[in-house]
Amino acid sequence: MAKIVVDVMLKPEILDPQGKAVAAALPRLGFTFAKDVRQGKRFEIEIDGDPTPAQLAEVEKAAEKLLSNPVIENFTVRVEK
Amino acid sequence: MKIGVVTFPGTLDDRDAARAVRYAGGEAISLWHNDADLKGVDAVILPGGFSYGDYLRCGAISRFSPVMEPIIDAAHGGMPLLGICNGFQVLAEAHLIPGALTRNHELHFLCRDQKLTIENTDTAWTSSFSSGQEILIPLKNGEGAYMCDDKTLAELEGEGRIIARYVGENPNGSRNLIAGITNARGNVVGLMPHPEHAIDSLTGPSADGLGFFTSVLKALVG
Repeated sequence: MAKIVVDVMLKPEILDPQGKAVAAALPRLGFTFAKDVRQGKRFEIEIDGDPTPAQLAEVEKAAEKLLSNPVIENFTVRVEK
Repeated sequence: MKIGVVTFPGTLDDRDAARAVRYAGGEAISLWHNDADLKGVDAVILPGGFSYGDYLRCGAISRFSPVMEPIIDAAHGGMPLLGICNGFQVLAEAHLIPGALTRNHELHFLCRDQKLTIENTDTAWTSSFSSGQEILIPLKNGEGAYMCDDKTLAELEGEGRIIARYVGENPNGSRNLIAGITNARGNVVGLMPHPEHAIDSLTGPSADGLGFFTSVLKALVG
């Protein structure tokens, strides 16, 4: 069994109020390292066996059609062992 | 004239939308998300709410429900289609209008009466208003910030496709105070505030919202 991971992030130019709220909360807890925080989504997709190039292409298609909104988001697809 | 009102799982404002249609003098027809049958309606309203729990992204899952296929086809053919709030998000996810709705810039869910100006009175849904008319209708959303790239924004501005703008302080971070837009043809309109909650002074802050529903009946009668 393999795991395909799709990470979806708002495009850099799109305002991320959730990330900003997290960035504002960190220093209140004494964590002063963060210059900026962006929050995204991670999808873990389990499949039987190792993914074929065709399967990965299908996941790419699904990521573009459903998992992300290309108007405001970018995504990456990778395989996790 | 028959106006379809779609109910997705999680839709909240279908009853008010149907009531607004009846108040305006039309016949409201309930359409079910899982039924790809438009029942011979002349126009369709996608009402507000939290369809499919707003899972994934607002409107992202509803956009692929069976009823949306004939609706998208009919809208491409010129059928009047109004998306209110969550319905606006569905229109954006279906790419019937450009751009996307994202989380309010201050993160809070807003629920208040909001002043708007109507800027385009040539669409199927806004012809009952006068250009520049100020109206007061409820605004209630968590993800109502209208976002698009600079090129799209310039197009919307240049072609007069911003149908309504917020008056005063920007409530949710929408670009250029956009409250509603139309497609190039003027049959598809997306609107974040709720005209269906403002059709009489007994239940709403005004009767200003009724104009959207009388407009479409006028457009259909020709």
